Amino acid sequence: MIESQSGSKSTNLSDTRFYKKQRRIALRLCGIIDPEQIDEYIGYDGYEALGRALTEMKPCDVIDILKKSGLRGRGGAGFPTGLKWEFAAKAAGEQKYVCCNADEGDPGAFMDRSILEGDPHSVIEAMTIAAYAIGADQGYIYVRAEYPLAVKRLEIAIGKAKEYGLLGENIFDSGFNFNLEIRLGAGAFVCGEETALMTSIEGNRGEPRPRPPFPAVKGLFKSPTVLNNVETYANIPQIIKNGPEWFASMGTETSKGTKVFALGGNVTNVGLVEVPMGTTLREIVDEIGGGVPGGKKFKAAQTGGPSGGCIPSKHFDVPIDYEQLAAIGSMMGSGGLIVMDEDSCMVDIAKYFLGFTVEESCGKCNPCRIGTKRLCEMLEKITSGKGEDDDIEKLESLCRHIMSSSLCALGQTAPNPVISTLTFFKDEYIAHIKDKKCPAGVCKDLLSYTINEKCIGCTICAKNCPADAITGAVKTMHKIDQSKCIKCNVCFEKCKFGAIDKG
Amino acid sequence: MADSTIAFKGTKEQEAKLMEAIELHRSQPGPLMPVLQAAQDIYGYMPREVLEIISRQMQMSLSDIYGIVTFYSQFHLEPKGKHKIHICLGTACYVKGAGKILERFEKELGIKDGECTPDGNFSIDALRCVGACGLAPVMSVNDDVYGKVTEDQVPEILAKYKA
Amino acid sequence: MKSLAELAAIRDKMKQGAAIGEDGNEKIRIVVGLATCGVAAGARPVFDAIAEELKNQNVTNAAVSQTGCIGRCTLEPIVDVIAPGKDIVTYVHVTADKIPQIISSHIKEGVPVMEYTICAYE
Repeated sequence: MIESQSGSKSTNLSDTRFYKKQRRIALRLCGIIDPEQIDEYIGYDGYEALGRALTEMKPCDVIDILKKSGLRGRGGAGFPTGLKWEFAAKAAGEQKYVCCNADEGDPGAFMDRSILEGDPHSVIEAMTIAAYAIGADQGYIYVRAEYPLAVKRLEIAIGKAKEYGLLGENIFDSGFNFNLEIRLGAGAFVCGEETALMTSIEGNRGEPRPRPPFPAVKGLFKSPTVLNNVETYANIPQIIKNGPEWFASMGTETSKGTKVFALGGNVTNVGLVEVPMGTTLREIVDEIGGGVPGGKKFKAAQTGGPSGGCIPSKHFDVPIDYEQLAAIGSMMGSGGLIVMDEDSCMVDIAKYFLGFTVEESCGKCNPCRIGTKRLCEMLEKITSGKGEDDDIEKLESLCRHIMSSSLCALGQTAPNPVISTLTFFKDEYIAHIKDKKCPAGVCKDLLSYTINEKCIGCTICAKNCPADAITGAVKTMHKIDQSKCIKCNVCFEKCKFGAIDKG
Repeated sequence: MADSTIAFKGTKEQEAKLMEAIELHRSQPGPLMPVLQAAQDIYGYMPREVLEIISRQMQMSLSDIYGIVTFYSQFHLEPKGKHKIHICLGTACYVKGAGKILERFEKELGIKDGECTPDGNFSIDALRCVGACGLAPVMSVNDDVYGKVTEDQVPEILAKYKA
Repeated sequence: MKSLAELAAIRDKMKQGAAIGEDGNEKIRIVVGLATCGVAAGARPVFDAIAEELKNQNVTNAAVSQTGCIGRCTLEPIVDVIAPGKDIVTYVHVTADKIPQIISSHIKEGVPVMEYTICAYE
């Protein structure tokens, strides 16, 4: 039950506990306005920041505001946005570009999709401001093709902005021109890496290239380029309008403002959450997310997608910012936050993420292409019960080599899921290797099913067993023939008396 | 590049559409990706014959184009089924049992992830996150999205498209 | 767009309330969350049912529109009823068959159907 401020039961969603600790800046208008109506965006002060920037500020003033605000990139690495713009503004070059990274490939993250579908004009406005600040006249939004609705809404929004003269020639009668185009991704996770994204827009295999030169100096089509992510852009009109002090008043010493998290997995209230930097995981998972459902025990929160790590409950009270998350072996990433309960096997989760990077590694550099494959094979060996005593050391050593020698962030961070689970859940690795057991009951090869004395002989397991591995007379305790059992879990799911043990 | 076992059945109309797309994008910077995306929309897949047209028109070697097409998971050299089954294996779906859903589809149809049934009716592809994590596990058949899917629902879902 | 004044004119018009009904009063807004998760949860048929039912019940003081994702994926489809001067009422897990009752009770009589609102779920 929820209480509104007056004490009576509220019918308004925003009064629920889910929203109490939230502070919505990037998601300000998501779920409020009709994203296909530009007038509604303008009705909530939309395009005012652009108008003021173009008519009242010099490009360097805009950059100063961003630098003072302390805004850092929301795509993962957390580079200061104002500084990035300054580098691009100062870089020599006739032609410059502004790009938006909307290639949200982290599994479990969907904040960029929500912003593009719910408030596309905020991104268009911010990109136009960026173009003015660095002196660009052409921009590209690189969107995942898996997001057709986001693409459609962006197309409508760009069309409307052109019609209103908010994109195109001589915007706000300032002599400034800016043209914006959408480019679709084609399903390559590595294209979320900035140099790979630009290589893909240029029409090549989306492979990263060494930096320096950084994109701010030599980016798209070899020209100085600013590339920011969707959520970063969505903050910018608010910062220009409300001032850098307003933004910097939120957050921690090193990380200002808010961060959007896509809260998912085994948590009661799955959803999009925007909280000030410095909020603790406990506040997000327990207070906003309503904890783990079904009376299950919390095991870990995974942040940062395939580049991040699993955080155990002992670090639940760490205030979240870029540095703090890195200190506990994870990373902000784009903001996926997946809650895992006691039924998740941490070795299996590490294997899942490595399977992802093996598939998504572009293959350009050896440490990533071969290293992640070998890591994945070692995890496969452990989860199939063939682990040996020195495997943990071998894993750790290989992780270090991949991190230190890969070309881009994909490879450099790929071992993070292994390292963080090894740090916090080493006992699970040991159980797999030494005892040949999977404590969470996930890894099939290590499972055995047995029937305990709770069995009343109802025969339902025997009837459902696809391998005919269960025998027993009616009303007597049943038995599983281990040589026939295919570990399909059907008996476990069908038994109403908790009489099947697995482990 | 191995030749497909499925005969190419492109029409004049499709070719005209492709030429139109090539003309539209040719003068832009970085035209190849939009052209390839248009080609796949028109033909449904990327047979050698289509890549050859693009190669001639864009004056790029066939091997370069092949390298780019095979780099991106959304381009495919073989046709997909009449009904395209997509199963999300993003993290949120994975921890909620999407792996089992995939296995069940594979078992019911007798094909593996990435394959097409011999009658051309169904194809199965695992996807990375579709961004509908609130409904995990999520899957879709063509444009119909199914949320909170259980293994037991798999035969019912298939039945709808078998008719 | 040539000046801030031009922009302000649109903004002020919107701030005064966008839709005015035939009786000169501001319309009730019925807003359906139509982002990907909403659509996957079945929000499109809900949107269509609202439009249909407003016609069937001859309602002229309300209009249906769409919005993006409010962030509560598990409660989709979500419909907000925003009546001028009143608290927002949020309906959750809305299905097309609940619409006739919501329109007749809430929109026409001003009595929210409490059992379908967020209150009943939290």
